[in-house]
Amino acid sequence: MEGHDFALWEKRIDALMVLCGGKGLFTVDGLRRALEDMGEEAFEKYSYYERWIAATNQNLIEAGVYTLEELGQRMEEIAARGPTYGEAQGD
Amino acid sequence: MPHDHHDHDHLSPSGHPFRADNDTALTYWQQMEIAVRELLVKKGQLTSVEINAQIEAMDARSPADGAAVVARAWVDPDFKARLLDNAAAATREMGFDIGPLNLIAVENTATVHNLIVCTLCSCYPRNLLGLPPDWYKTRAYRSRAVKEPRKVLREFGVDLPDTSQIRVHDSTADMRYVVIPARPDGTEGMDEATLAKLVTRDSMIGTGLARVPGVA
Amino acid sequence: MTRVRVKSMFPPGHVRAPFYVRGKTGEVEREIGPFGNPEQLAYGLKAEKKTLYRVRFSMQELWGETAENPTDTVDVEVYAHWLEEV
Repeated sequence: MEGHDFALWEKRIDALMVLCGGKGLFTVDGLRRALEDMGEEAFEKYSYYERWIAATNQNLIEAGVYTLEELGQRMEEIAARGPTYGEAQGD
Repeated sequence: MPHDHHDHDHLSPSGHPFRADNDTALTYWQQMEIAVRELLVKKGQLTSVEINAQIEAMDARSPADGAAVVARAWVDPDFKARLLDNAAAATREMGFDIGPLNLIAVENTATVHNLIVCTLCSCYPRNLLGLPPDWYKTRAYRSRAVKEPRKVLREFGVDLPDTSQIRVHDSTADMRYVVIPARPDGTEGMDEATLAKLVTRDSMIGTGLARVPGVA
Repeated sequence: MTRVRVKSMFPPGHVRAPFYVRGKTGEVEREIGPFGNPEQLAYGLKAEKKTLYRVRFSMQELWGETAENPTDTVDVEVYAHWLEEV
């Protein structure tokens, strides 16, 4: 029953949650609410940090930090950079 | 972008290799992580330096920190009293940077055994013990710990007599919890550093007991 | 010790009082202090301060006849507006 070590992208999600919370962009309560709103199915389908990045993004959109258009555009750019996580990083 | 900055050859503090994550096919959620991170930097909300520093700070936290606190409580009754009165202040007094953590310490005795859970999500004294183990976040543990804690504990190898009382603590709101396990017999005269080695992560969640010296 | 009952309300949305304690009676273990109401914080609203209590429930109270050991307990943090004195 050992825990695993987290991958870099998971650690980054963790860091984003903590830092954005600390800066008052959202609260843990807001994250929990977004998680709950994903429904029971999400708990079966997605991993822990997949759900948390979805909740983080939801809260940042609601806080007006960036728009859906900016997000969509950025995600397209990222996919075009390369087929792996490493290659999809920006400069 | 080259992969060579990624340390898949290194072992983590727990001795396990880091999972290779930079050279597998990009997933939708990884794509979202990159996008969210880049947009936060672009909007001036965060810097890459801050993000890396936070990851390092989290990596540096481990159950060893909690073990040091427990060992101090075992040898110093005044410290234990302060820990039980205000665990966050007592932990900071030892020099641990636990951030804004609101912490309550609960003590195991001959008759009381404490167990920590978060039934709503995965709240954990992460600023003291580091990130929670995977099992702590599972729905099975979260739902069963408040319903059949004795059965859960037996699965962890902890079989408590009926005469001991179990107190489950559900971290539903703003407080986080750490268990002060009972000091094992046969540890009289041991120094703090030696005692700390007996304090396991699970013993501070309540799913384990402190190690007995000489027993694997 | 003060005996309290958790309100048996089930509004949709983000509520911090867990399902399994709603309608159940327990004893206040300690008062923790004022914290922002999570039901407002969760929606990005300005939050009123609510007093948070730790309430101790017996397994008997929570699970009735199916309780694993009736005198074992669960402590849960509950905000004042979810509690009524009994």
